Amino acid sequence: MAETLLFNALREAIDEEMARDPHVCVMGEDVGHYGGSYKVTKDLCEKYGELRVLDTPIAENSFTGMAVGAAMTGLRPIVEGMNMGFLLLAFNQISNNMGMLRYTSGGNYTIPAVVRGPGGVGRQLGAEHSQRLEAYFHAVPGIKIVAVSTPTNAKGLMKAAIRDNNPVLFFEHVLLYNLSEDIPEGDYICALDQAEVVREGKDVTMLTYSRMRHHCLKAVEQLEQEGVDVELIDLISLKPFDMETIARSIRKTHKVVVVEECMKTGGIGAELIALITEHCFDDLDARPLRLSSQDIPTPYNGNLENLTIIQPHQIVAAALDLKAGRR
Amino acid sequence: MTQELTAARAAQTSIPGPAASSEEAGSHAVRLEGLVPAERASVSRDEGLMLYRDMTLGRRFEDKCAEMYYRGKMFGFVHLYNGQEAVSTGVIRAMRLQHDWFCSTYRDHVHALSCGVPAREVMSELFGKATGCSKGRGGSMHLFSREHHLLGGYAFIGEGIPVALGAAFTSRYKRDALGQADSDAVTAAFFGDGTCNIGQFYECLNMASLWKLPILFVVENNRWAIGMDHNRATSEPEIWRKAAGFGMVGEEVDGMDVLAVRAAAQRAIERARAGDGPTLLECLTYRFRGHSLADPDELREAAEKEFWAKRDPIKQLALRLTDMGLATAEELKAIEKEIDAEVADCVEFALAAPEPDGSELTRYIWAED
Repeated sequence: MAETLLFNALREAIDEEMARDPHVCVMGEDVGHYGGSYKVTKDLCEKYGELRVLDTPIAENSFTGMAVGAAMTGLRPIVEGMNMGFLLLAFNQISNNMGMLRYTSGGNYTIPAVVRGPGGVGRQLGAEHSQRLEAYFHAVPGIKIVAVSTPTNAKGLMKAAIRDNNPVLFFEHVLLYNLSEDIPEGDYICALDQAEVVREGKDVTMLTYSRMRHHCLKAVEQLEQEGVDVELIDLISLKPFDMETIARSIRKTHKVVVVEECMKTGGIGAELIALITEHCFDDLDARPLRLSSQDIPTPYNGNLENLTIIQPHQIVAAALDLKAGRR
Repeated sequence: MTQELTAARAAQTSIPGPAASSEEAGSHAVRLEGLVPAERASVSRDEGLMLYRDMTLGRRFEDKCAEMYYRGKMFGFVHLYNGQEAVSTGVIRAMRLQHDWFCSTYRDHVHALSCGVPAREVMSELFGKATGCSKGRGGSMHLFSREHHLLGGYAFIGEGIPVALGAAFTSRYKRDALGQADSDAVTAAFFGDGTCNIGQFYECLNMASLWKLPILFVVENNRWAIGMDHNRATSEPEIWRKAAGFGMVGEEVDGMDVLAVRAAAQRAIERARAGDGPTLLECLTYRFRGHSLADPDELREAAEKEFWAKRDPIKQLALRLTDMGLATAEELKAIEKEIDAEVADCVEFALAAPEPDGSELTRYIWAED
């Protein structure tokens, strides 16, 4: 075990996979000489050369499309979105080509590519840099979507994403890069399609992902004192959802709350609750709850920003209500 | 265009020609007439016949598509290539099949045929059959064949260019990062004049030149982006000139003359294989039909259509082959008969082919399936 910061865990994963397979390469803005805007590719350009760690011009749609073509012809590119919001400019390539091309081509081509980068609401970064694109990309067929939340799962999931033969959208969170914990030594993999049961409990199932996992953990501490035994599940895989783990928990607790950072309308929770209603309706003792961000552009002002996203005290209140049958 | 050049070209266009003068036929015709006579590729008899066969297959295949569309055998948007055959054949047949890479647009049937995708597979795809090159999932605008290195037909404007750039990147990566000295595959990206106004075109010219990638940007300038006249859409209509802004070689060529296209393509391919980077090749051409089979084609002047029809690239090649003594009119007729039989066969095959299995609706989403 070694104490590792999350950005270094990602870097280790990429480094190990690049050493393991010479077809693995990185492309994006400032990934090379600069080492990545959050230092996830620090020194890799020196180690592997400028072709394998390719600094691209600022042209998101085109370098993402280039990664598609490279993946179709035998490479395993990792595309860095300097900020995931920038990938709105690459929406066409991610949707039409990365996601749909294998199907449209009748299986002629596979696209083993990873698109990774920081998403989420940071500290007063303004609306454009505070987006949660996982919800926007959720409807695109043919892509896997994962969100990492700890140094341990960041490394294991990154390695799995690189080895996967499908396109993977890999969401990191701008406020989690300096999270530190002991991670296993050497080569280990986390499954891309499995949720992580963070804490077992019997009263309420709490489903979350990315940074909200840590807000939930704070809430869970307080709820423990209030006598609510929460089963906290980090979804990890946003597409497809690990419905087996989710349903198993709901069969036990009969109550569910989704805590997410994306906006409520068309969000991850919207789809998740629809699925829970379809699959677990008879197991529910209360209507499923959804705690999401406000349906607004994230404001710059710090207080307004805090009011936009869910805070731990709101999670506590919702869980208490759920247990007491008040909602 | 400088005033001087305009004057020089105007002088050239006054050369008496048949029927419609280039001036009546519009600016695109004036440009074609004003081209400095190109060096043509010299070809052997076999090569000449190969080119003739490929172009004839493209033309007859598309004519058959129109027939099948109107008979209700194929659906959706169908964009035919008639008139532009010299570009597909001139470029692709100068490259190494199943070695180099090819990237097309929504007007992709003939590119696929030139790449060597069997007519049966292309027609089957247009009929939506399981035997189609995209298993009936793609349709007219999404023809793919990994076997024939066809990266695909891309239906949205410009989106194929970055994909082609990626294939060219792989060639360089294999050579310089993986140490495969024999990695010399070149990629050809085809697109039209309308695409030369979209960002991805410029972004990719920049990256291709920056990294000296082995790629040919082949512009099929047929003047019309559906109903948008090229001259109303762009500030510099001479697309090949845009190459200079990226430190890249640009060439304009008579896109109705397959031997001229072939010669230009050969120069570009040689540069690309030698590691000297990309080329922007603007082929002046014309589509003989509307944008798609759903296009009433009301905007283009009769004089313009007549001008270009008289420069039919297949008839031009036939004349040249017979003039050079490489083939007789009878031999060319025999090729046409063979092609007609091949096209009839592919229709018969596609009609009889099975529909995709409904139980496999969700197959091919994931790499493992």
